[in-house]
Amino acid sequence: MSSDIRFTDFKSDKQPTWCPGCGDFGTMNGMMKALAETGNDPDNTFVVAGIGCSGKIGTYMHSYALHGVHGRALPVGTGVKMARPDIEVMVAGGDGDGYSIGAGHFVHAVRRNVDMTYVVMDNRIYGLTKGQASPTSREDFETSTSPEGPKQPPVNPHALALASGATFIAQSFSSDALRHQEIIQKAVEHDGFGFVNVYSPCVTFNDVDTYDYFRDSLVDLKEEDHDPSDKEAAKDVIFDDETEHQGIIYQDEDSVPYHERHGVDEDMSVIPDGAPEGATDLVREFY
Amino acid sequence: MAADFNWAVGGEAGDGIDSTGKIFAQALSRAGRHVFTSKDFASRIRGGYTAYKVRTSVDKVQSVVDRLDVLIALTPRTIEENLDELHEGSVIIYDGERTTMQDVEIPDGMIGIDVPLKRLAEEAGGAIMRNVVALGAACEVAEFPIENLDSALEKKFGDKGQKLVDNNKEAARAGQSYVDEEYDHEFDYDLETTDEDYVLLNGDEAIGMGAIAAGCRFYAGYPITPATDVMTYLTGRIERYGGHVVQAEDELSAINMALGAARGGARSMTATSGPGIDLMTETFGLIATSETPLVICNVMRSGPSTGMPTKQEQGDLNQMLYGGHGEVPRFVLAPTTIAECFWKTVEAFNLAEKYQLPVYLTADLSMAVTEQTFSPDTFDMDEVEIDRGNVVDETTIDDHMSESGGFQPHELTDDGISPRAFPGTADGAHMSTGLEHDEQGRRTEDTEMRVEQVDKRNRKVETAREREDWSPREFGDEDADTLVVTWGSNEGALAEAVEFLAEDGLDVRVLSVPYIFPRPDLSEDVAAAENVVVVECNEQGQFADLVEHDVLARVDRINKYNGVRFKADELAEDIKATLAEGVEA
Repeated sequence: MSSDIRFTDFKSDKQPTWCPGCGDFGTMNGMMKALAETGNDPDNTFVVAGIGCSGKIGTYMHSYALHGVHGRALPVGTGVKMARPDIEVMVAGGDGDGYSIGAGHFVHAVRRNVDMTYVVMDNRIYGLTKGQASPTSREDFETSTSPEGPKQPPVNPHALALASGATFIAQSFSSDALRHQEIIQKAVEHDGFGFVNVYSPCVTFNDVDTYDYFRDSLVDLKEEDHDPSDKEAAKDVIFDDETEHQGIIYQDEDSVPYHERHGVDEDMSVIPDGAPEGATDLVREFY
Repeated sequence: MAADFNWAVGGEAGDGIDSTGKIFAQALSRAGRHVFTSKDFASRIRGGYTAYKVRTSVDKVQSVVDRLDVLIALTPRTIEENLDELHEGSVIIYDGERTTMQDVEIPDGMIGIDVPLKRLAEEAGGAIMRNVVALGAACEVAEFPIENLDSALEKKFGDKGQKLVDNNKEAARAGQSYVDEEYDHEFDYDLETTDEDYVLLNGDEAIGMGAIAAGCRFYAGYPITPATDVMTYLTGRIERYGGHVVQAEDELSAINMALGAARGGARSMTATSGPGIDLMTETFGLIATSETPLVICNVMRSGPSTGMPTKQEQGDLNQMLYGGHGEVPRFVLAPTTIAECFWKTVEAFNLAEKYQLPVYLTADLSMAVTEQTFSPDTFDMDEVEIDRGNVVDETTIDDHMSESGGFQPHELTDDGISPRAFPGTADGAHMSTGLEHDEQGRRTEDTEMRVEQVDKRNRKVETAREREDWSPREFGDEDADTLVVTWGSNEGALAEAVEFLAEDGLDVRVLSVPYIFPRPDLSEDVAAAENVVVVECNEQGQFADLVEHDVLARVDRINKYNGVRFKADELAEDIKATLAEGVEA
């Protein structure tokens, strides 16, 4: 790992096609800065992206990456990390990718506590398909597929994570660049599954959850004397429907990541030229 | 062939049928006898009907037959279910003191051996050993030295203490003595022993062992009959060789985990059955277009939908060949024997990495859950060769950079095969994607590059056709007028059917095809034959369709889709009948 890595080394030569002003620019910048700050370089980093506007991030970043199937980014990241504990794995997706089509994987990825970072670019809307309700859209948010609003409560991703046994739950805002980067960095450094939901406004299809809305309403937990190691306090934050928060909501300081619990610590890409030593023992078992 | 002996134990699920049968099979194997087992089972944990059948001979046995010599019947239904296979002189061992068996009627011409299994077991230390008492009784009937049971009992119960082992040995002897003392009937059987050493394993275990031998380090799966045994085999074993097994939340996740591990550079696999393949098909195109080496094992069972989950069928051939949207290159391998399950698994990993694409490795229920004896040399680990294909490292990566300095994982080459760089390789950073892409893996909709990448992916298949050996296995009479073609697990039944047919003066040539795609060109073989019959366990004749497509000629078909595998004697009759009818125009 070279020490002179700058965050721009994580930029690819492709120009993003996100709409001008899209929150995803800021989200991605924070991810790149956090990776560089934590001593990673593009050749030892693996980024997994799903489908949707957020899914394009693999194209705009420079690293080993997989741009996969809608909703399955977390399982891919899980496989990469298990095979390559030496590689830094960051998974990115949108609210549709993570909490709708991939919701089942989210619950189980949280439970496994694999040592990787999951960044959800939450704009509370389906952007790439031009403006349909997402699982985090407000109950009364009018869209082309929900003319009177979805009439069902939005998913509470933090609550879902907590209920699934999360060891790191955070919320950031893509426009608050320094704070966003700081939070992602904490997630990268966390010993286990670092989950960050990022408010990443859609300037084209969501005129409710806007930059102004978040700027005006966000309360930073850092300034609230919040203790992230206090699970009860985390619950209060998570179920506070009146306030939008940013910051580290919950962090289990005693988190034991998957690879430690399961003793998975080898670089699986290295194998011998023939059957592994002692393979004949397997035949003997069948006597 | 030396006389074979056909034995079964049957009862309700929960009666310990499986372990009882396995103990007997292992005892026979350890006594130097060949064994071939099969199971009748239902998708339930309790009740119903389940049976474990053992065919044994001092010569090789590789099929089941429609005959049963000795049956241990724990329930009346066990007798009913096997009436077709029982014959004049068949022995039925049962416990007449068991309430449900008190009024049981032994069919005419058969010999009922009433042994108080439960009572004798209780005297030996516990009613739970009643099946072992029955095994002892069976040893006496079959004139099989009871000492051979001992080592199998030790293997089964050894880790639970010597006392339990001794009690079981006593229970077996109680059953033996009871028959010896109470029945003076002379039975015709004499199960002689030999000095040969055999191993006894099923197809799922052979696939699992093959995966470890091939350097597979990562397995992700979701439990499903009849593929679960691959996962349970690997669990606790693959770790000894630096690997890991993950039970995923569903098959969508399992295949994506396996894909992730493969992108990390690990030899990686998943195994499932038809319903799981349905889900995994979502990711199949991504694996192929991102040129990721992955082995996907499909242990087929009866479909469609939930179908008959514990029954035999080879109905997923078209699904594996054509599943997924768009046009996706893939290989499909179908091992034809349990031993080949091992070797084709090794081959599947090499092919996947050499040609950087998904490889379906397909077995079926009847091969997956049946055991067969082999000489241990069959699985000579020194013969295992590993070929990882075109993997670059820091020193060789420079030859594969674009003008702008980016690594080219989809480099356009004459043979279609591009370089692969594992994460961590300096200057190798690149994105893999399900989007159409250029040589560097960057999204493109450029019309020329699109065509070049599609052609490149297909060129790999052409390269493989030229470089690899896709020959079928051949046996029977090579000059015969009749050609029988099959694929997958039917080989064993067909090999024995050929012997039955030869005894009746009918010579046939058999081609058993382990490669579905790419597959051997059978044009000349078909042209040289007067009659061609394709044998498979499905209704539509999916492989027969492929043969007809390849050779542009009609073939005859034998299709079985009642949920039961082909039996050697039955198949011989089917072939005779088909030839008598002639080719359907």
